[in-house]
Amino acid sequence: MIRVARAGLLTTVQDTGRRGVQQHGLVAAGAMDSAAHRIANLLVGNAPAAATLECTMIGPILEFAGDALLAIAGADLGATLDDRKAPLWRPLVAHRGTVLAMSGPRSGCRAYVAIAGGIDVAPVLGSRATDLIACIGGLDGRKLRPDDTLGVGAPAELSERIRAAIDTAPGRARSAGRSLLPAYMSEPIVRVVRGPEHDRFSKTSCERLRDSAFEVTPQSNRMGIRLVGAALSLAGPYDLFSSPVTAGTIQVPPSGEPIVLMADHQTIGGYPRIANVISVDLPLLAQAPPGAHVRFREVSIAEAQSLYVARERDLRIFGDSLRFHYS
Amino acid sequence: MLSGARVVPLGDASLLIDLGGGIDATTHGRVRAAFSALSAAALAGVHEIIPAYTSVAVQYEPSMHVRGGTAPFDEIRRLVLDVLANAGEAPAESGRIFEIPVNYGGEAGPDLEYVARHTKRSAADVVALHAAAEYTVYMIGFAPGFPYLGGLSPELATPRRASPRQSVPAGSVGIAGAQTGIYPLETPGGWQIIGRTTERLFDPESDPPTLLRLGDRVRFVPVSTS
Repeated sequence: MIRVARAGLLTTVQDTGRRGVQQHGLVAAGAMDSAAHRIANLLVGNAPAAATLECTMIGPILEFAGDALLAIAGADLGATLDDRKAPLWRPLVAHRGTVLAMSGPRSGCRAYVAIAGGIDVAPVLGSRATDLIACIGGLDGRKLRPDDTLGVGAPAELSERIRAAIDTAPGRARSAGRSLLPAYMSEPIVRVVRGPEHDRFSKTSCERLRDSAFEVTPQSNRMGIRLVGAALSLAGPYDLFSSPVTAGTIQVPPSGEPIVLMADHQTIGGYPRIANVISVDLPLLAQAPPGAHVRFREVSIAEAQSLYVARERDLRIFGDSLRFHYS
Repeated sequence: MLSGARVVPLGDASLLIDLGGGIDATTHGRVRAAFSALSAAALAGVHEIIPAYTSVAVQYEPSMHVRGGTAPFDEIRRLVLDVLANAGEAPAESGRIFEIPVNYGGEAGPDLEYVARHTKRSAADVVALHAAAEYTVYMIGFAPGFPYLGGLSPELATPRRASPRQSVPAGSVGIAGAQTGIYPLETPGGWQIIGRTTERLFDPESDPPTLLRLGDRVRFVPVSTS
């Protein structure tokens, strides 16, 4: 069990999101940086869908009531365990009374804390993800507050082996290598495929999308990354019927300032869709703070999906290698 | 039957089926036929089918459609076009009709007077016209259980508010352009609010969690609180 001493700016329970609900108008929710979420889970022997804590910018202070195996992945939010710097991307052991604190962002925006057994909250409509719009899932459908307590599920056998191995010999801890991580950078280059209305945009706008840098504004949130830069416009008037959108959809409202839809995006949109961020690059946007500059590069659907399939394979191999290492 | 459809990528894990047409009963019939056929086909890796006015999105797991030499999109596009080509007519209407009690005007409908002025009618006429029609749920989106209703009399069309309200109470019944709908949750909103219902459109404890779905019919029934 874990007590929340300080909640942080926006700390929510997330998993890989709610499936099959978008036809009812419910958002999928789930981790903004799904790669960091899944790697954190693998490091502690959890299934990828186990619930973690998504910590945003100013992270929480958590007190452990008992022994636990945990991992922190994603942004460097200045995490410490009992005042000692806690390394990211590797399993760590907490004991009764251990305090995990986060001081503030050094790089990136969102850090994921995975605990062996997963955060134990009741699933709603098949998922533990917090839906902040419908106020369901996670802990009572809301962000964490001070004095909240969180239960943890029963750790898997693999998790117990990991904990036993590294408790006695910390050097045995297996971390996630750089090549497994998304190509995080302070000025990310994000790959996109063309959107359904790409050809309705002016030639200049299509060039601007590829050639210019866009700045992440402070209005960005889990629903979407709001960008400002060279204004994008349609070639001519075009009445778009409200139509489905998905995570990564870059929609352009009349202002010309593009919005990249993210985890809590509404299911249906009315703005033209110029492009769509590829799945493996969504984590780059999830980690881009206000003020960061983003550039886009177009790729074919074949290349995007080749990268997607390769990432799934790499994560699977990493999970297998951990099972083997700790056996 | 639906062989004229255009299928394009919507990102790398979703595709969009464009059925053409507009916001009308014929197009809606095609959307329902496509939705029904795709749901029944249960294609491997498909975890979400989202109908809209003139299009249907299908979200799928690309890893499950890897074939040597072709992109997963090309493979699933082929499967989807096959399903659509063999799709039957739209199933008979869902058969469900919902009577939604609405308290029109006053505190519950702060924009009723504005709509009346805009459409050059009395408030009572606006209410009568709104409640006279039988509406069809063309799609659910924007918010959990939010129905996009077809069938609003063109005489009631009123543009959205110039700036949205920070907060519209749950159950609010509104008009925006040629559309009418009901807000299931308290959210910001730019629709003209003409009344409110106590009917719950969204309940996470229910299965399914929403009252309305594609193809349902809706009638508004004026009720008074006094």
